[in-house]
Amino acid sequence: MRLEVDIVRRYRTGFTVAAAWSQPLDRFSVTVLFGPSGSGKTTLLRCLAGLEQPDAGYIRVGENVWFDAATRRHLPPQKRGIGFVFQDYALFPHYTVFQNIAFGLRRLTNVEQRRRVEELLALLELEGLADRYPAQLSGGQQQRVALARALAPRPLLLLLDEPLSALDGPTREVLRRKLRRWLASQGIPAVLVTHDWLEASTLGEQVLVLDAGQVLQQGPIEEVFSRPVSTQVANIVGVETVVAGEVLHLADGLAQVAVGSATLMAVAPAMENRQVYVCIRAEEVMLLPAPPVITSARNRLLGQVVALEPEGALVRVVLDVGFRLVALVTRQACEELHLAVGCTAWAVIKAPAVHLVPR
Amino acid sequence: MDWTAAWVTLRLAAWTTGVLLVIGLPLAYWLATTRFPGRGVIEALVTLPLVLPPTVVGFYLLVATGPEGLLGRFLSLIGVDRLAFTFPGIVLGSVIFNLPFAVRPFTAAFESVDRRLIEAAWCLGVSRGRTFLQVMLPLSWPGILTGMVLSFAHSLGEFGVVLMVGGNIPGVTRTLSIAIYDEVQALNYAAADQMALMLVGFALAVLSLTYLLQRSLIRR
Repeated sequence: MRLEVDIVRRYRTGFTVAAAWSQPLDRFSVTVLFGPSGSGKTTLLRCLAGLEQPDAGYIRVGENVWFDAATRRHLPPQKRGIGFVFQDYALFPHYTVFQNIAFGLRRLTNVEQRRRVEELLALLELEGLADRYPAQLSGGQQQRVALARALAPRPLLLLLDEPLSALDGPTREVLRRKLRRWLASQGIPAVLVTHDWLEASTLGEQVLVLDAGQVLQQGPIEEVFSRPVSTQVANIVGVETVVAGEVLHLADGLAQVAVGSATLMAVAPAMENRQVYVCIRAEEVMLLPAPPVITSARNRLLGQVVALEPEGALVRVVLDVGFRLVALVTRQACEELHLAVGCTAWAVIKAPAVHLVPR
Repeated sequence: MDWTAAWVTLRLAAWTTGVLLVIGLPLAYWLATTRFPGRGVIEALVTLPLVLPPTVVGFYLLVATGPEGLLGRFLSLIGVDRLAFTFPGIVLGSVIFNLPFAVRPFTAAFESVDRRLIEAAWCLGVSRGRTFLQVMLPLSWPGILTGMVLSFAHSLGEFGVVLMVGGNIPGVTRTLSIAIYDEVQALNYAAADQMALMLVGFALAVLSLTYLLQRSLIRR
């Protein structure tokens, strides 16, 4: 069974949002709608939920038609079997955690309801909070209750609207890593809206990069992120080096990762996966003409310049350092370093700037 | 002390509040959620009694429910021969006149409920009706209580509409405020004073109770 979407939503102001994609629903899969605020990604999510009605196109789920402009069919949200996690959670303030999670379970008996809620409380590490009210919870706890509430009725498709954006840094970090595991454990496919590339690459498989209502690029996440088709996409995504790597050694929060023929040092939490994607933002790469004598940065790589792409005051330098590495430097720096295609340069990257995402 | 008038007054206020609850809640819900462009006109109509003198409302009601009026002809079709000078007649007048006191707080209460909570309930497969009962009403009921109390307290002191539509029939349409007027006309100041004091006390008690209730609700 597949979700097939091809929709256009036109606003009276002239703003138009259009996108088309397909995604399997019989196994766990995540599609990421990625873009800056106002790019139309939330509109697409609301159209999927049935909270908004597209002006053209269709949404099909296997044999079921959720929306079809041609036959004027529009299934209300109640009939779609979805779970929606809102950006600011939208928990019912007058119900306890238990009642919130059980809200979509009225077709079950009391015993079944209790069992399902307890299962989710355990999964999402919310034990002991069942009788609290949302106002008595921390942001991270509210977020998990919202997730539990959406997962409880075992929806066909989970819709997540910037699920981590309202959280503080450390909490977001922890939840980002756990979110994928939770979703995968329930086997529920999801569509995720985000503007955070780390969130996208941690959770997603397929990504649609949106700007001003239009899809600029779509495809597998590592492909889109590492090979943006335009500087516009590169700017929106903000991370241009995404390469497969393997963790060789992990100790004291530092990981040694083999990437192509090079070895990188990264700051990494304990993780089970040895297979990772290594993500490096172009502006975090420093270029030097000679090997640095002493530096605090852990990664020093000698490479050959493969391409130079000027972009305003900046130049995007593509290096081969044993893998494809992109650096973003100023035009002046580029001239002072006498950078040209074919010449060599040293790339320096701090260990915390090397992000590892499990594959 | 005119106990009959006091009883009529209480019954009038209770009926008015009850009827307003039944027609005011759906109307307010519609106003709070509709995207209908003519919403402003409907809101203006609902608010109109607030600025019109009660005699104008009463006058039109009298004409409309008369044997030549549209409402009057409809009523005679369903077997009600007249509304003027009857208790249902003053209830109708009072309901129309109190419409803004109920519908405006109701609408504000519904509008203050976060729209996403409603959408969250829909996405969980809960019908619109159930969502209204289990999310909308519990979260907006302090505002609904305010609307009910305001219209109850306001119809306790209703004078113009009741006099125009209902006249002054003891035990049927003679309310406290009309009785007070009569006593003053008869220079019977002591009796008027008693009844006026009673109205003041009653209204004050109802309003204080509401504010106390609301305080304790908000604090929770």
